[in-house]
Amino acid sequence: PALGLFLFTIARDPLRIIILIAGAFFWLVSLLLSSLIWFIAVKASDPQDEQLQKGLLIFGVMFSVLLQEAFRFLYYKLLRKAIEGLVALSEDGCSPISIQQMAYVAGVGFGLMSGAFSMINLLADTLGPGTVGIHGDSQLYFLTSAFMTMVLIFLHTFWGILFFHGCEHRRWWEIMAVVVMHLAVSGSTFCNPLYVGSLVPSYLLMATAAAWAYLLSGGSAQNLWRFLLCKS
Amino acid sequence: MITFMNNSDSEEEPCNERTSLMSAESPPVPSYQDGLQASEAGEAQARRKRRTGSNRSPNNIADGEMSDSGVPVRESALENEEEELTLKYGAKHVIMLFVPVTLCMIVVVATIKSVRFYTEKNGQLIYTPFSEDTTSVGQRLLNSVLNTIIMISVIVVMTVFLVLLYKYRCYKFIHGWLILSSLMLLFLFTYIYLGEVLKTYNVAMDYPTLFLVIWNFGAVGMICIHWKGPLQLQQAYLIMISALMALVFIKYLPEWSAWVILGAISIYDLMAVLCPKGPLRMLVETAQERNEPIFPALIYSSAMMWTVGMAKPDTAARGPSQQMWDAAEDGRENHRSPSHADSQMSETRSPVPTRPITSLEELEEEERGVKLGLGDFIFYSVLVGKAAATASGDWNTTLACFVAILIGLCLTLLLLAVFKKALPALPISITFGLVFYFSTDNLVRPFMDTLASHQLYI
Repeated sequence: PALGLFLFTIARDPLRIIILIAGAFFWLVSLLLSSLIWFIAVKASDPQDEQLQKGLLIFGVMFSVLLQEAFRFLYYKLLRKAIEGLVALSEDGCSPISIQQMAYVAGVGFGLMSGAFSMINLLADTLGPGTVGIHGDSQLYFLTSAFMTMVLIFLHTFWGILFFHGCEHRRWWEIMAVVVMHLAVSGSTFCNPLYVGSLVPSYLLMATAAAWAYLLSGGSAQNLWRFLLCKS
Repeated sequence: MITFMNNSDSEEEPCNERTSLMSAESPPVPSYQDGLQASEAGEAQARRKRRTGSNRSPNNIADGEMSDSGVPVRESALENEEEELTLKYGAKHVIMLFVPVTLCMIVVVATIKSVRFYTEKNGQLIYTPFSEDTTSVGQRLLNSVLNTIIMISVIVVMTVFLVLLYKYRCYKFIHGWLILSSLMLLFLFTYIYLGEVLKTYNVAMDYPTLFLVIWNFGAVGMICIHWKGPLQLQQAYLIMISALMALVFIKYLPEWSAWVILGAISIYDLMAVLCPKGPLRMLVETAQERNEPIFPALIYSSAMMWTVGMAKPDTAARGPSQQMWDAAEDGRENHRSPSHADSQMSETRSPVPTRPITSLEELEEEERGVKLGLGDFIFYSVLVGKAAATASGDWNTTLACFVAILIGLCLTLLLLAVFKKALPALPISITFGLVFYFSTDNLVRPFMDTLASHQLYI
């Protein structure tokens, strides 16, 4: 689905592709920094202690989430400046791309990169011979990973829209809500062999975020209804 | 085996020359194109000025002052427009370059991942005589540094040689050299590549069919690259030969040497383009003095020229063009921009270029493109291919390097739009790529692996 989003909405306009790749780049940098921190922490601690390692991992995840949001903010700042530049140079005084579109594209960029990093090694392994869950782990590993990745990509997209909207209108509670949601989703993956605990809340949160983003982007129930009825 | 090694030694020479040429050419020509575009818009501006001038002249003199004050205002407005044009086309140009670079990288990565041949160590080039099989780290490092020094000096010597040849107008020699090396690339490397791919997928092919296929491929390639041909076919061929070259490098360069060479090449590129006595600078200036385009078959061009040199705007003549017209533009606009430019045409250009600058009616619709040297393609692909081949984090590292290189390319093009001169395309991208490769391989990989094993998501 993410690829579909990309093809239909982003691939047409070159500016959007650039914003997408830049978004992916920012996510990557945030990942790099957070893994650096984690690495240092692990090296500095005792490798034998299971609980400590788990704790460090949890700390790493939370820190990474916070860093991702921080980088989303930085990216927002950069895009603001870019929009001002584009407006100044365009012919009719308005920029070729609006901040909402940028928000959307940035969200997709983040999401794609995050999804790719989560999924791609798994996908490569699925090509090879093997049995899922042979050591007593869940047999649904691949399926749930796929679903989780998809929900995360969508969530990143919606969070992008919400986040940028919050920054535009200076509503700090929106930004905080995004951060809290992200933390919640990551946290829910901690109970992961128990898939009910992670997938269901994530999907619920995604539905909420989707509705919120849709409303923010100017949609309404009436629009939706009209669209579904094919503009009749 | 010995025959193969000999072959590879001899074939490496022209190919290395080619590489050196390409890395010498790697300062991309987009600046030229942008410069063209700017001068293009400047021409448009001049045209408008002229037209309004002619409109105003019948009016009385009272309007003369108005026109005087009007013109500077219009000039500055048109200058802004000029810049806008540059930037508006900017995004499009970036994408026009993203696509071939991406394609090249995809081809290289796909081959590396599937065909075993290119990751086996079967010997080294004569340019990198020091082996890396030593046990101690220090010795290995020393060997790789020595390898790099030898390789870079070979490249520098070749580049200087080329510049000298160009300066003393030995065009036939240069053309012959280029033709020979592209011949070698197209036929020999394709043969090896095809052989290995068929071996991997266990597909049988008899020699006559093979001969036919390779002969057709090679012949069409030669024609397309050195003479005329449909733009997309030409681009496809250039991408393929870049990929083949990159694969050869990946196979024959030992690991640490490869990374050190990549770093050294980007520094060399930076110096060769920006220092006043650099060979590439001299090449540019000489070409500029003589008002002619440089070499065929070494630069990737993404543009189609849609103008035709007719006296009036003739819709019939505005067909999808050939690169020749690129050369026409080159010839005309040469004095204004550093011209690394050329397109893939050779002598067919010479009758065309001398159109006077004032024939503005010819400039109807133009789709300006961006040019990137083939050496850049090759080294980007070498970086990504090496990442795919040797990184234990597999796809994550490859993906990270890919994004890093694309962003580097973006930034380089942005700088190009700002500075409007020939810029080296290698340093920024390769730096990002190297940084990301090493950091992803060492830092991110354990993190992601641990996360994936617990199925945690960030």
